[in-house]
This record gives sequence, structure tokens and C-alpha cells, in this order.
Amino acid sequence: MTALLSVRDLSIGFGAGEPVVRDVNFDVEAGQTLALVGESGSGKTISCRAVLRILPRTAQIRSGVMQLNTSKGSVALSEISEREMRGIRGNRISMIFQEPMRSLSPLHKIGNQVSEVLWLHRGASESEARKEVLSQFERVGFPDPARAYDSYPFELSGGMRQRAMIAMAMVSKPELLIADEPTTALDVTTQAQVLGLIKDLQKETGMALVLVTHDLGVVANMAEHVVVMHKGRVMEAGSAELILNAPAHPYTRQLFDAAPEIPDKEAVGIPMPNEDLILDMKDVCKTYTMRSSRGWKADKLIYACRGVDLKLARGKTLAVVGESGSGKTTAARIALGAELPDPGGEVLFRAAPGEDPIRVHQMTREERTAFQRKAQMVFQDPYSSLSPRMRIQDAMTEPLEIHNIGTTSERRDKAAEMLERVGLNAGMLKRYPHAFSGGQRQRLSIARAMMLDPSLIVCDEPTSALDVSVQEQILTLLERLQDSLNLSYLFISHDLAVVARIADEVAVMRQGLVVEQAPPETLFYNPRHPYTKALIAAQPEPDINRPIDLKLVALGAGSPDSWDDAFRFSDTMIPSLVEMEPGHKVRCHV
Amino acid sequence: MIMLRYAVYRFFTMLLTLLVVSMLIFVIINLPPGDYLSNQIAELQSSGQSAGVAKAEFLRKEYALDRPMWEQYLIWVGFFPGPHGFEGLLQGNYGWSFEFDRPVADIVGDTLWLTVVVNLAAILFVYAVALPLGVMAAAKSRTWVDYSTAFVGYLGLATPNFLLALILFYYGHRYLDLPIGGLMDPVYEGQPMSWDKMKSILVHLIVPTFVIGTSGASAMMQRLRANMLDELGKPYVETAIAKGMSPSRMLTKYPLRVAFNPFVADIGNLLPSMVSGSVLVSVVLGLQTIGPTLLTALKTQDQFLSAFILMFVALLTLIGTMISDILLVMLDPRIRYEGREA
Repeated sequence: MTALLSVRDLSIGFGAGEPVVRDVNFDVEAGQTLALVGESGSGKTISCRAVLRILPRTAQIRSGVMQLNTSKGSVALSEISEREMRGIRGNRISMIFQEPMRSLSPLHKIGNQVSEVLWLHRGASESEARKEVLSQFERVGFPDPARAYDSYPFELSGGMRQRAMIAMAMVSKPELLIADEPTTALDVTTQAQVLGLIKDLQKETGMALVLVTHDLGVVANMAEHVVVMHKGRVMEAGSAELILNAPAHPYTRQLFDAAPEIPDKEAVGIPMPNEDLILDMKDVCKTYTMRSSRGWKADKLIYACRGVDLKLARGKTLAVVGESGSGKTTAARIALGAELPDPGGEVLFRAAPGEDPIRVHQMTREERTAFQRKAQMVFQDPYSSLSPRMRIQDAMTEPLEIHNIGTTSERRDKAAEMLERVGLNAGMLKRYPHAFSGGQRQRLSIARAMMLDPSLIVCDEPTSALDVSVQEQILTLLERLQDSLNLSYLFISHDLAVVARIADEVAVMRQGLVVEQAPPETLFYNPRHPYTKALIAAQPEPDINRPIDLKLVALGAGSPDSWDDAFRFSDTMIPSLVEMEPGHKVRCHV
Repeated sequence: MIMLRYAVYRFFTMLLTLLVVSMLIFVIINLPPGDYLSNQIAELQSSGQSAGVAKAEFLRKEYALDRPMWEQYLIWVGFFPGPHGFEGLLQGNYGWSFEFDRPVADIVGDTLWLTVVVNLAAILFVYAVALPLGVMAAAKSRTWVDYSTAFVGYLGLATPNFLLALILFYYGHRYLDLPIGGLMDPVYEGQPMSWDKMKSILVHLIVPTFVIGTSGASAMMQRLRANMLDELGKPYVETAIAKGMSPSRMLTKYPLRVAFNPFVADIGNLLPSMVSGSVLVSVVLGLQTIGPTLLTALKTQDQFLSAFILMFVALLTLIGTMISDILLVMLDPRIRYEGREA
């Protein structure tokens, strides 16, 4: 039997340069899923786009045969004219992209953009298309299809937008769907639901799926066949079972080793010590007012943080975990004094053991300067957090200049020392940020944060923009620095697996509330709160025998009204955090 | 419904802005020491013509120039009774031009609407030229289409308008039998509107439109090209291609819609720059627009005349920005729903 799509000897290059994709082969059978796995720069995205010939202008397909074989005959995708290709795009082969917000036009209604596929390929009239699109919307899980039809993309959440993208790709009943990192930009519970949806639709229609991803957990949940790519070449290809259970190629094994996992061994964590707290947040609340556009309507209050009590002991790591909108970043900003909490809450900071604490939001000028030296931040996106017009040396010595520390040569020596410390070398001081890779840049950001010898570092998703193997290196670096300098970390993340590895205590946040708090071992082995359970269940594991439990995800990730009575909360009635066992707090009614 | 409310709101803010602008104009015109009459009085006195002085003194009283400035302003606008009761802009009395010794309304008369006609034609020309060329240049960027439109555009920007005017007059007259100078055949001047008069105006409009519009069109074309190029790199363009749309349909439906915003927002800015930019051209081409009159009025400190013309230009600008704001709201749902609860 011939495969639905077969790609042979595909090579792609930019301009006159060396090819970035070389001799890539893969096949996809009808009804099956092929995963293209690799890190950034592996050529996985460009290979799958070559199938539809949607490539950047300067890229050319140097060689290769791509064949689409169906019951209606076979088409050589690499040979046909542009016009014939247009008849295939969106009709027989459709595509889903990574960023659902930016992949939909902001100025056109969702319904219009989805119906367009039917106008183009079926010559459907407006009302025929509408009918079909509405039923497709229902199938992808829009609670109110008619309303979604007349919405603009910015009125929908990320998960809903990706559902709209899926509806757009599916409405023409394609034979092949190419999904390019379809869930990377989504929250983990949303990811689980979207993956489940794609799988259901595949079962229903019997289409083939090419899934491009960097996440082995996603592969294990979705694919029958896997192609592992690295630097434009196929490293390993075969059935998912074989590759995931017994990876043969060293690169594949490396990917596995780098991927952090949520532990499921029975263990009892040691609660965070309650003395020598470097940071103590007491009853921190933050309410934003969204001004109503209509004068006669009351302003809407948004509770970003509600009664957050967090304690970070010196030399430890406190992780705050939550999905977008959970209030974790607001909490971190308040901890750093970047934002004022509502009256009643306070944040105490103790620079050295036994010292009198400073109130972060009522500091004198001198206290503020001292505080800023002791508390530093590492940001999420290493590409935009370094000025592209400043040499590394200038970016690194700037904090010392601001605080008037040392002479020029002392500052330079310190910068050199810090670079060595984060695993770069002093010879790089004269370079500009663009000369560094993402991982190196994140090392630079850490080195810069370390320049003032801080005792507290707030890390805001420091690894979420990085490849898994680089993430692994950065986490190791953070751990090493903590051990040698007795640093304390407030670690903000959405990724439970990362947190499992680095944290001494984890606080799970949802809608501004800490819903569960415990040492990671306890939390992951014995989660009590439905939301924590959903987060853990939604985390895709690179193990084919442990698929995502969608029921558990749906149960906990929904609105608080759908939780068990014991956990339910509303704006007015919120259960308190109850200590279930030493160091394990859960927000529930007892 | 949202639209209508917005339009009404926008109209009232425009009126408010106009009020503020009128104050500014009045103050600025009165900033230089002296006015037309005091200059004249000084001149007459030095040459000993006392009869003229008496007339000038009479005019000073007549037009309330002897009162404090804020009173003068209120009288000029028509909030406050002057020597002869309420006689300001609001009552349709535009004041007296000392330089021409005639009422302002008589002087500006026809030139007002001719100015509007010339500038509207120029704006239409700008849009009609910039839109297709800009889109084409972006769609075919870095090809000969792009380079040649850019070349023509820079040529348009760099050629002095009056030079262009002279060249076009010469060749237009020689080969196409286009008329030289003016906005209509002299026989129609002062005549009521008729079919022949309109035809004459249209033929006379060709060269001025081209001359006044060229630089604006080139600038706008470059802007549109840059905007389009930005948009073409966005993922939603890729989505549209992956749907199987043809390039031309994709271009006009998606990126152009987004790139169009700054294009529309420019309507308001185009007007004043054209009115002031076309002064020289109007002199060279002998157009009966308001530009040359404004120049004379400013030079001679003819305060009512210049204030009225400036008010008129401000009104045009405000109407332009109002139109572009309302169009933007119609075009862009993100602006329309700003602040609406999700």
C-alpha cells in the first residue's frame, strides 16, 4: 500500500547557502499521525511547509519528490503549478499554526475567515457555508457557535482561537492536516484539550496528521510514527513505540534525558523552614479596575491576587505555578516592589539573617537602593531583555555604574568573572547580544542579574522560551549558583515538570488564589486540589503507556463552579488554605 | 448604534477643538506688535495726511480694535456685541479686510470652494495613485516593479512643484491642448454655475491636481509599501495562503485591510499640508485659491482676513480628521470595541 503522503530526498536551502534541510524522507499513512520532532533550527517546520510550498521567499526546494496519493489519484506536489497547488491548500491538505492570535486576521470575523475555505474550494454560498461552519464550530467545542461566528479573534481566548483555527483547517474535510506546534503557545490544560480534540477529529474523519513539535510528551500522546530531526537531517525514524521506549540514536536519547518529568514516586517533601525568611508576603491582594466603557455600568474588578501569603526561606526556591491569568506574575512584581499591593498586605524583605526586615512598599530612598541591589530579576524572553545596541560588557557593568560600585576596571573584571561563572568566557564581553544563541542569552541575563551580588532572584519563566536541552543547562546553572552563593529564588513558571526539579516548595495559583501549596514531592505524589490534579494530568509524558487523562483535566481546569463542593469558591465566598498534613496546604472547606 | 454615538461624540469634540483653535489663531495673529491700522496711522502721520488718520481712527473704533484683546476675540467670534451688536463669525460676518478695503467675505468668496475643489481633487489623485502603486511595490518587493515605482516616487518627491507645473503647462498645452493658468476660462468668472463652466473647471484642474498631488502621492506610496511589507510577514498571511487563496485576493482582503489604517488616518493631515504647500504652486499656476490671499494677508497684518482664512483651513483639517477617525472606527473592530467587556 502506498502512503498518503510520501516525501523523498527533500533538500531546502536559503539563497546560495548550504542546505538547511538535507535528504529528508518521511511517509504518512491515511488515518495515522506522524510526528516531526526536533529543537529550534532542526528544519522540522520548514520541511512540513515545503509540502504545501509555503516557504519564506528566499528559500528554495533544491531537490525532492513529494507525492500525495489518494483514491482520487496521485498528485506530485513538487511538480504541479502554483494554480493547482492553490486547489490543494486548505482543501485536501490544510494547516494549523503555532500562534493562534497572530494566525487569524484581527480585522475579520472568525466566521468570515473560516467560511472562506468553503467559498474558495466548494464555491459555497454565504448561507451554505455558514451552516456548515456552524456545525464544524460545534464539533470543535464552541459552546455558542453562532456567537463565535460573529466574533473577532481578539474577543476569544487563546484556546478558543486555536479551536477556530482547527475548525478552519477541518471544515473542508482534508485528507491531510499539518499541525505546526499547534499547542506550544497554549496553557497546559488547554493544550491537553486541544490535543484531545485533534485526535477525536482524526478518528472521526480518518485524515492523516503531520504533527510538528519539540515536546516528546505530545508525541507520546499523539503519534504512531516519529521522525527525529536535528540540524536539517533525520536522526531517527520509526514507530512511536519503538523510538519512545528504546531510542537508538544518541541525539534522541539526549532529548529524552533533557526533558524534565513530573516525579510519581512516593515521597514526602520537607516543608520549607519557617525561620530566616528572606521574603515574606503577607495577605497580598491586588485588584485592578477595568473601567467600563459605558458610564452607567459599574466598573469591573479584576482580582489578580487574593490573600497571597508566601514565605521564602534563605537559600531556598519557592515556585509559583499557574496558567496565564492566574496572578503569578503580579505576585512576583509585587514582591519586587514594582507594584503596590492593595492596602492591608505587606511584603517583608530581610537582606541578611537576623537583620530587621524592610517593608518593600514603604522604603526610604536608601532602603530602596539597598533593596534593588539585593533583589534582581531574570526575564522570560532572552531575545528582548537585552538591549541589541549595547555590548555585553556595557549591559553587565551598567548596574554597577548605577549603584556607583568600583572603578571601571574593577567592574570589567567582575563582568568577566560572572561570565565565567555562568559558563561563558570573558572574551565575549565585547560582543553584541545578536551574536549569542537563546540559551547563551539567558546565561547572560543571569550573569547580569548576578552582578550586584543579590541574595534574591526572581525568575519569571526563565526557560519557557528555550529548547529542552538548553532548558536543562539553564536549570543546572541556576542550581549550581544557588548552592555556591546561597541564593534564594522566587521562581515563576507554568511548567510543573521544571518546577518539580528546581523548587523546594510549590504554590499553585488559580484566579489570583493559591489553591494548593506543598513541597514538590508531596504535591506531585498526593495532589488534593482538583486544579492541581488537572495540571498534573494535563502534562504530557513522553511515555506511550501514560496518555493524558482528559477527564481529569476537564474536571479541574473548568471554572471553579464545576469543582467539588469542598473546593468551590466565588468572588464573595472563598475557603481558606487548610493544612492537610505538615507543609501541605489546600484551599478547601473542611 | 456604536457608530452613530461615536460620530455624534466626535462632532462635538470637533466643535470644541475649533473653539480652542480660534483662540489660538486670534492670539497668534495679534502677537506681533501693532496691527494693520496702527501701522497705517503711523505711516500717514509721518507724511502728514490727517484725513487718512481720521479714517483709520474711525475704523479702529468701528472694528473694536481699541478694546482689550479678549473683548476683541469675543466680538470677532460673535459671543459679545461689538459697536453694532452681534456681528461675528457665528453670525456669518467675517470682518473687514483693511488691505483690500472690502469685506472679507467678498475677497474670499469664490476662492473658498475652489480651494476645496482643488484640494479634494488632489487628495483623490493621491489615493488613486498611491494605493495601487504601493500595494504593487510591496507585493513585488525587490523586483523591477518595486524599483521603478520607487524611482518614480522619489522623482515626484524631489522635483520642485513649481518646476513641475511649468513643465506640465508647456507640454500639456503643446500636445494635449490643455489651458494654461487659472481654474476656469476667464469668461466664466463671476458667472453662475453652468454645465460649460463646470467643464471648463475640470479641464483646468488637470495640471494643478497633478502638480499638487505628486509629492503627497509618492510619500503615501512609500508609506503604504512599508506598512504592507510589515503586514506581509505576519502569520495570518501565511494562514490565508495555506487556505488556498490566490495572491491578489489574499493581498486585498487581509494585509491591505490592516495596512489601510494609517492610510485613512492621513486624510486629516493631508489637507493642511496641501493648502499651505500649494501656495507657491497657486501663484505660479495663477489658481484662484485661498493660498496666495493668505500670504498677502499675513504679510500686511491684515488680521481679520488672515484669521478667517486660518479658521477655514483649521475647519477643513478638523473635518478631515473627523472623517478619518470615523472611517477608522468603521474599518477596525479593535478600535470599535475598545473597552468593551469581553
